[in-house]
Amino acid sequence: MLSHLFLIPLLPLLGAAYLALFGPRHSRAVVQTLACLTVFAAFVISADAFFFALPKVVHEGGLSEIVYSWFSAGTVDVDLALRMDALSGLMCLVVTFVGALIHLYSAGYMAHDEDYARFFAYMNLFCGAMLTLVLGDSLPVLFIGWEGVGLSSYLLIGFWYKESANASAGKKAFITNRIGDFGFLIGIFLLFRATGRLDIPAILDAARTGQALAAPLWLDLPVAFWAGLFLFLGAAGKSAQIPLYVWLPDAMAGPTPVSALIHAATMVTAGVYLVARMSAVYLAAPAALAVVAVIGALTALFAAIIGLAQNDFKRVLAYSTVSQLGFMFVGVGTANFAGGIFHLFTHAFFKAGLFLCAGSVMHAMSGSGDITQMGGLGKRLPWTTRVFQICWLAICGVPIFSGFFSKDAILGGAFATQAFGHGLAWVGPCVGAVLLLAALGTAFYMSRLYFLVFTGPCRASEEVEHHIHESPVSMVFPLVVLAAGALLSGLVGLPPALRELFGRPGESTLAVWLEPAVGAPLAVSHTLEWIGMGASTLIAVGGIALAYVFFGGGYRAPAHSLAAGWPRLAGLVRDKFRIDEIYALLIVRPLATACRLLFFFVDRILIDKILIGIWVFVADLGGRICRFVQVGDVQRYLAVFAIGLTALLWIAARPTAPDEVNISVDNSTVQIKLVDSQARGGALTYSFDFDGDLVPDRQGATPSATWMYSGPGRYTARVIIEDPRWHTRRTLVREIEIKP
Amino acid sequence: MPGYAYILVSLALFFIGTAGVLLRRNALFVLMSLELQLAAGSLALLAFSRGLGDEKGHVVAFFVMALAAAEAAVGLAIVVSVYRTRKKIDLDGVNELRN
Repeated sequence: MLSHLFLIPLLPLLGAAYLALFGPRHSRAVVQTLACLTVFAAFVISADAFFFALPKVVHEGGLSEIVYSWFSAGTVDVDLALRMDALSGLMCLVVTFVGALIHLYSAGYMAHDEDYARFFAYMNLFCGAMLTLVLGDSLPVLFIGWEGVGLSSYLLIGFWYKESANASAGKKAFITNRIGDFGFLIGIFLLFRATGRLDIPAILDAARTGQALAAPLWLDLPVAFWAGLFLFLGAAGKSAQIPLYVWLPDAMAGPTPVSALIHAATMVTAGVYLVARMSAVYLAAPAALAVVAVIGALTALFAAIIGLAQNDFKRVLAYSTVSQLGFMFVGVGTANFAGGIFHLFTHAFFKAGLFLCAGSVMHAMSGSGDITQMGGLGKRLPWTTRVFQICWLAICGVPIFSGFFSKDAILGGAFATQAFGHGLAWVGPCVGAVLLLAALGTAFYMSRLYFLVFTGPCRASEEVEHHIHESPVSMVFPLVVLAAGALLSGLVGLPPALRELFGRPGESTLAVWLEPAVGAPLAVSHTLEWIGMGASTLIAVGGIALAYVFFGGGYRAPAHSLAAGWPRLAGLVRDKFRIDEIYALLIVRPLATACRLLFFFVDRILIDKILIGIWVFVADLGGRICRFVQVGDVQRYLAVFAIGLTALLWIAARPTAPDEVNISVDNSTVQIKLVDSQARGGALTYSFDFDGDLVPDRQGATPSATWMYSGPGRYTARVIIEDPRWHTRRTLVREIEIKP
Repeated sequence: MPGYAYILVSLALFFIGTAGVLLRRNALFVLMSLELQLAAGSLALLAFSRGLGDEKGHVVAFFVMALAAAEAAVGLAIVVSVYRTRKKIDLDGVNELRN
């Protein structure tokens, strides 16, 4: 089993291919079983590789496998290489485990959709691509997976493509990601130019030891900075960070399981994974790390603020995802890679759980996600509510739940980090402070969501209320498993301070696992950890309490008076700070205008009219001329044929060119001698013109002549070979130079 | 009779045939002129064959006869079908492929 890493991405990809080609022929049950099984099998193989080869994974830099040599050109060898170390192994486990659960959930959720085969084909395609991304050990392989998940994300956002809003949401996601991918590619090129390698271990080695990445590239900043910055542009596109986050909220147009799997738990964390994977490059350039941390913190706060005023269930969760991804980027951006990955890990559980709860709630509410029309669902959906409560407390960061530990690891790391050096030392505490605010916002908007949806009286219309029902087992089961994950996944990353309390001192399990892949965990003093945990608890409880004041049991008076007090501010937040409109004004519209102008002048006028028109005219003219001789009279054709044949015969009757033309120069005496094996039995006559005056100087039946020039110079000699019987002739021209 | 006399007769026959093919209106006469051209070719072949003492020319002359027979069959069939559609066999009207 151990050397079969390639099976992990291959199985879901095969499933996708089969379902895409033959899925519609099979019944719903077959399609669902097949789709779930491929992902589950991938999970089993990943788990086997990860746990049974664990010592190797942890201590020896992981299992690696070269599936085949992809291409080699010059000095570049690119292999289809896979590597499973703790980092990629953990991602593999998350992707396949959460993926399998969500496939199972989809079986219930998409039970009434006609296009189930297409859906599951896309889902399997996503899993295969994501696993390629995660396991890829060279940047081109990683990039294939990167593009593959982008493609399947696009396909799944626009899954219900018959509504144009969904289709354009898919396009928005894809195009925004293209901008990021452009950055990613530039980053790859920069790394390749500096190191000459494309496989990740070699690049990381070069970053750790060599000087290749330390050479200044532009503005006195090293290659590592620019490569890191451009890679982060790619990461920001995929992981929805400022300024490229705008696609993620719109991506909620896709089916809810898709939002849970792709746009919450797995694909959007690829950017965090990329930064962690390329950790050595970032460590070589503290300024790039600082950019990652600052952007992450700003995104975390900004998205949390927008999340405060959204009224669509999935949209709140989407902004929450953007915000939590910001947390993760602060984690990896403060060189606290284990912390960032830890939050990625716990977030996968609770956010997938929250999204699946959203799906379950919308299922119950006849498809609507408007939280202003919900309320009081707690009693009607007991299982969903329990799960939501656990995930909600986890994301708020209430102690014992997983989110508490992971968020705390990031906060502690932000205050303790030394990665930025002296000049940028202020970055750590600043992003930490911003994160505290963002955490408060998180607790508030998530609690608002909980209170408005699950407590108080129901605000839905009677008809909708009548239909409210708990979801089927296939949907509830994954929810419960994810809730267990949200509750317990924090245990792998217990902070050293707490471990000491339980008598097991040392770094957390996760940090130990990840050490070979991303370096030693960040040292945080126990005092700081205790302070951090205290502050986090206060913030979480404070946020929940504040939300209770405003929204406990439905909209309360303070909520109304706040919105009435600052109507413009409330409107601005509700409109997401009108970032989409600003982008439309500054980028989309000028671009569209430029495209329209290009289309009109280049395509319509230059290509369609001028370039095509010229050749249409030429072809038409040629046709008209040819038509003129096409008279249709067979005897005229024959006459032309006879004339042409005669002409051909006459040309064929020309004397053939002689085999050799020998010119010998002796002082000013020149002899020209022709050697002709087909001289037609002496019937040919030869006339020689030596001085270029076109008057023959020597004439006769002998194929040679001699001439004496009067002085030095360049002369043109002509020999005319003539057959007097047919009056055909051939002319030879030679240059003759007489030297003084 | 010297050898070149055969060639001269052959040439005369060929040019008469060519003139007939190019100038006659009636398709039947055109076909007959065509036979004349072929006969001229055969005559030349035979003359050269005899003059050069090479028997191959005789063989080719037989081929030309067979070919002429086939050509006449096809040509006459076309003439018959032209006659069916147009009720006359003048070639200068048969120009549907014009332009």
